[in-house]
Order: sequence, then structure tokens, then C-alpha cells
Amino acid sequence: MKVIALKCKICGKEFPPKALYTCDNCFGPLEVKYDWEFIAENVSKEKIKKGPLSIWRYVDFLPIENVDPIDLGAGYTRFIKAENLGKELGLKNLYLIDDSTNPTYSFKDRVVSVAVTKAKEFGMKAVGCASTGNLAGSLSAHAAKANLPAYIFVPRGIEKGKIIQALVHGANVIEVEGTYDDANRLATEVAEENPDWGFVNINLRPYYAEGSKTLAYETAEHLNWELPDQVVVPMASGALLCAIYRGFEDLKRVDFVDGEVIMNGAQPAGLPIAKAVKSGGDVIPVRELKTIVHSLAIGNPADGMFAKEIIEKTGGYAEDPSDVESIEGVKLLARTEGIFTELAGGVTIAGLKRLVEEGRIDKSDVVVAYITGNGLKTGESIVSYLEDTIKIKAKLEEFEEVISW
Amino acid sequence: MVKVKFPTVFVQITKERKIEIEAKNVKELLDKLFERYDGLKERLIKDGELTPFINIFVNGEDIRYLKGLETELKDDDEIAFIPAISGG
Repeated sequence: MKVIALKCKICGKEFPPKALYTCDNCFGPLEVKYDWEFIAENVSKEKIKKGPLSIWRYVDFLPIENVDPIDLGAGYTRFIKAENLGKELGLKNLYLIDDSTNPTYSFKDRVVSVAVTKAKEFGMKAVGCASTGNLAGSLSAHAAKANLPAYIFVPRGIEKGKIIQALVHGANVIEVEGTYDDANRLATEVAEENPDWGFVNINLRPYYAEGSKTLAYETAEHLNWELPDQVVVPMASGALLCAIYRGFEDLKRVDFVDGEVIMNGAQPAGLPIAKAVKSGGDVIPVRELKTIVHSLAIGNPADGMFAKEIIEKTGGYAEDPSDVESIEGVKLLARTEGIFTELAGGVTIAGLKRLVEEGRIDKSDVVVAYITGNGLKTGESIVSYLEDTIKIKAKLEEFEEVISW
Repeated sequence: MVKVKFPTVFVQITKERKIEIEAKNVKELLDKLFERYDGLKERLIKDGELTPFINIFVNGEDIRYLKGLETELKDDDEIAFIPAISGG
């Protein structure tokens, strides 16, 4: 058995590896504790190389025992040397992992594939989540593949494109009045009442979070088992940044790599984690979420304090671009690399830009930025910031006039 | 009387999920709960402050955005203790 326990991140108390998420001793969050001797004996770079072209090539690092994965093909997405964007920003070795090409067009497929597989392993009757959109789409698709009913709690006013995706897969989508935090509170209450339902980011959270570690494994594998100098990760709850960090640590544990990675975060202006890193204070929840970047707008980030700790420990920083900077980030990436990312990706690019301008990232550093979602989902929110079309009559002279401008 | 709902993780201490109790504000409610349930105070209060891992809601609103411990309670108000898990 790979998984030996769930362990409290705060007091260290251990629990059997069931669908638990909170410590009964101090109420802290739980994380998976692995048998590293077992993993080190089983995992090898050769085995990974021959594995499937999805996150499941790293199955030896994932908290799943002997059950067939629910695999839509999440992960092992494009790893790109971003020459044009690098040139624009003044970086010689900039790489991107492009998760806008995942099966449901965001990195959430990585975590959901692991969580729904775990729900199957536990014999659960339904799956659910609270979502700002991407998770809803991903969970609906994986639930369909797993033949499980899905219950999805979304905040009112979410981009329609993201709900359409969930609906088409046959999920029950519950649009809750209020913010994401309100939808999440309700989902947590529902999870409490229905212990045989797997709420992927609530009672399956310790397992779910592990799926994002695969971004670290892919980074190292594509760099021929070397670690990058720095990474830039978008932050909502902070779980993604924590998971990528754990992924790098895992690789060190089994002697695949050595060295340290500087972990940087990017979060829209006004949100708690970046605010705390910049001010040096605590991560304090905020009620009013003014940003248009809904997918990162979490007022009370569950992993905020852990993300801040990792950023500080590794010598990284967090940047908090404005909405306008993030839209410019989306456009810059699209214009230079041919990748149309969602606003969260714009936050990452805008954050990266600031980190370079501040001299926190060196020109020659090997940098990896994580592009976590697809722009077509949030097209409505940027359309008014784009150049309008050029309207002409169907006459050659009119077109010639256009190109003579 | 106000209605109080505990999460599963409290049950080891509280032995029950739902109770009704008399309380004028959140502070008084907590004091009464601490008196009633052995071990709850040590777990919920760290360094003189409420643990960040449990949120307290009054009629669906986080007390942080009301008046905190001074938030007043009236008959039939619903108070829920919910583990602070969000996002992902």
C-alpha cells in the first residue's frame, strides 16, 4: 500500500486513509502520508517513460491503490519553450506548461481524475464540488465517464460557457446566490450530511490535491530530470502552488533530481495570499471580491497560509496584477505564443512580467509558468478589450484601402 | 433558543450534530458550549483566538463579516460550525 495514513498538517495526528479532511484534534487540514520506501522501490524514470501520456504515467506517486483510473487523458500537456514571450519579457529560458489543452480545457482535470478515481475506490454513490467554473466542467466530464451522478454548486453570475460544459455532461448544477464562498459553504454542509458522496475539493480534498503534483513531475521530466530555477503559479486557494512544491519534493525523495525551486505566486489584486506575501502579514480573508478573474476569486483561501510559507521558504514572491494587466497578459500570450488562455493565465503572465521587471527573476534563469485554463471559456469577459473587426463592402478597392493604412 | 449545527469532526466531543440552546450573542454561545463539552475550548481557541480552520456562520453569514464574537443572536437563528475548506 502506497498510502499509509492521512496526517494533520498542523498537529501531525494520523488517521486511517478514508474520506476524511479535518483533524478531530485541532481541526487542521489533512494530507496524504505515503510509504516512501514502497514508492522508491516501485518507481523508475524508465517506467514513467513507458507509461500512458497522461497524469497516470506518474501513478506510483499518486494516492490510488489497485483500481483502474478514470482517465480522460488529463495531463502530459504541451511543454513549450516560449521563445517569443521570453524575448518580449527578457528571459532566455522561459517554458510554459499549457493546460488549456487538457480534456476539459483546464488543469482541474489532473485533480479531478485522481479524486473521481478515489471516489470509485471508496465505492461512493455520487460526486460533487463547489466551483468557480473549471472544476464544474471537469468534474461533470469525469463523473460521466465514471457513471456517477454529479452535484455542482456554482456562484451566481459565473461565465455561462463554464456552466454549459457542466450541463452538457449531465451534471446537476446548483447556482447559489452569493459568492463562491457561499456556494462552498453550502457544498460543505451537503458533504457533511452525505458521507458516501465524494465532494472532490472537500471530503476527498487530501487525495484531490495530489493530482496537481503531476505538474511538477512533468516539469522535471521535460527538462530531462532537472529542476527549473523558478516557477510562477496562479493562486486561488493556494492549493496548486503547495501541490507543485510537494511534487518537486517527492522527486528529491526518490533521488530523481536535486536542488531547490523558487516558488512564485500570482493572484489578482486585493486577494488574500498575494496581499499577505507583499505585506509580510497574515493571510486575512476578504469578503468583497472585486476582480473579474472569477476562477481565482476566493476570499477565504484554505491553503493560503501554507502557500505563503512555501513562497517565503523558497525565496519566492507573489505579485498581484490588476484586471487590466491580466487582460493584457492574456493578449500578450496569445500574440506571442499562439495560446489563448483564460484570465487566470493572464494573471500568471502579468505576475511573471512584474517579477522580471522587479529583477526577482534573472534573464538566464530557467523559468516555468503554468497556464492553467483555456481562453474560450471566458471569452465574454475580454471581448470588450479587443480591437473591433474591420467592416468593408465586398469591393476590392475597399480592402486595398484597409491595407494601405 | 438558537439552533446550532456541528460538523462531523465535532461529534467525538459533542456526541450530537444538532442542538438548541439559549444565547444572546456568539461569545455567550461559545462559553456555554465550552462548559457543556469537555475538550472543545482547547481545540477551538488557539493563543486566545478562534482557530482559522473552523468558520462560524450565523444564518449563512460568516461572523467575521458580522460583529465577530459580539454578533447578536435571536430566537431561531441558525448557527453552523463549518470546517474552513475552500477552493482548490
